[in-house]
Amino acid sequence: MAIINIKTEITGNIWKIEAKPGQRLAEGDTIMILESMKMEIPVSATEDGVLVEILAEEGATVTEGTVVARIEA
Amino acid sequence: MKKLLVANRGEIARRVFRSARDLGIATVAVHSEADAAAAHVADADEAVAIGHAPARESYLDVAKVLDAALRTGADAVHPGYGFLSENADFAEAVQAAGLTWVGPAPDSIRAMGDKQRARALAEAAGVPIVPGSGRILSGVIDGVETAGMAVGYPLLVKAAAGGGGIGMKRVDDPAKLLETVAATQSMAAKAFGDGSVFLERFVPKARHIEIQVFGFGEAGAIHLYERDCSLQRRFQKVIEESPAHGLPEAVRARMTAAAVALCRHTAYEGAGTVEFIVDAASFEFFFLEMNTRIQVEHPVTEMVTGQDLVSLQLRFASGALHSLPQSEIGNQGHAIECRLYAENPAKHFMPSPGTLSVFTLPGQTPGLRIDSGYRQGDAVTPFYDPMIAKLIAHGATRDEARTKAARALRDLAVEGLQTNRAFLIACLENNRFAAGDVYTSFIDDHKNALLAAATEETKA
Repeated sequence: MAIINIKTEITGNIWKIEAKPGQRLAEGDTIMILESMKMEIPVSATEDGVLVEILAEEGATVTEGTVVARIEA
Repeated sequence: MKKLLVANRGEIARRVFRSARDLGIATVAVHSEADAAAAHVADADEAVAIGHAPARESYLDVAKVLDAALRTGADAVHPGYGFLSENADFAEAVQAAGLTWVGPAPDSIRAMGDKQRARALAEAAGVPIVPGSGRILSGVIDGVETAGMAVGYPLLVKAAAGGGGIGMKRVDDPAKLLETVAATQSMAAKAFGDGSVFLERFVPKARHIEIQVFGFGEAGAIHLYERDCSLQRRFQKVIEESPAHGLPEAVRARMTAAAVALCRHTAYEGAGTVEFIVDAASFEFFFLEMNTRIQVEHPVTEMVTGQDLVSLQLRFASGALHSLPQSEIGNQGHAIECRLYAENPAKHFMPSPGTLSVFTLPGQTPGLRIDSGYRQGDAVTPFYDPMIAKLIAHGATRDEARTKAARALRDLAVEGLQTNRAFLIACLENNRFAAGDVYTSFIDDHKNALLAAATEETKA
């Protein structure tokens, strides 16, 4: 059991959070969608696991590399 | 026209202010919270804060923009491109408030904004259109396969209310058609509030060539030649040029005549662009859409024709200009525009917001024009599009323009965020590009070579 930090790849605004804590995720499943410069960029699970927590709110601005969610894999 | 509000930001707001100043018109900027210290705000005579950073709470808010115009006593509104520029309700609201709308009639915007209606108008004006289906309403699947066969493969599934490449999917295999239509319908319903789609034939090796037009309503219309905008990534333009390399004169004549016919048919008013998809091998051309506003790449046309398109817009809207003979529009030499984006070409052109810690432009040279939305020290925020500046080079020949553009990009310094500067140089100096072999999937097809050349450029 390990806790995996899910980080954003780019600076942007959190447009929509799609997954809920406790939810089982497969690698590649979308956790939330960032909006940056008119583009929507999904933040996805990097491994199979259970979503432990979401560390950001819809509408918030996050910089590249921010931990926005944790997965227990 | 005494005082003009520009309902936009960045380089286009600054560009419109320049022509307004030349005509002795006072200028009003609007800005979001994120743009309080932006270059376009500093350029204007007055500026009004209109809301929070997200565009829908500021630049897209019709009531706030209109209120800013009324409070400052502006008597005209120029929408620029993007944002509210093709919003017929906004145009109507501006006119209803007794202000001058610098753009075509709201009904023209509405008609051209609906791709199906635009196609029907083009067809009625005798403009060739791409083989396509009728409107397929949200949730409807019956008859789609038959329509697909009639259109022919490969084809594109397009959202009727979409634009700028958004809501567009290619289908090569007839077996994949139904699922793609269903997915596009649901995406379009969410994104645009209208789940209608249509099918359209896809031309595998295509060029995107558009005609700049200017309509004078019942007094006719003229064209200002073509722009080749084939170099694109993610369906968005990167490099544009005029004239289109190798376009036979007879085809150019037919394309410009078709664009003017469409304007006359609709009694179009003001600047507009008729976009065509052109088969790179046969030069067959088909109507794509008409943009009822000034375009990002309008400087290419200004460089070859010597006309100031924004000035024409302002003079026509204010009633100072009623028509212009076609014979007054000449074209000379070749112009190339490069769009400098805050993005990372090596990472699928992902946006790269940040602060321009270094941003210095090349020295002034004849035939070189730079329209920038930012200054050194400015922040390029994630809220708006990634374009930092446009660099336009004009020369006697295509090679001269190409060389001048590459040199200027090398003399330009930009740090603090990722940009496509080196990638643009790689495109300009690519052998196939130099030979004029441009088509819409050029960047995709030559991606590895272009990225490798860009990496070398960065090291040098």
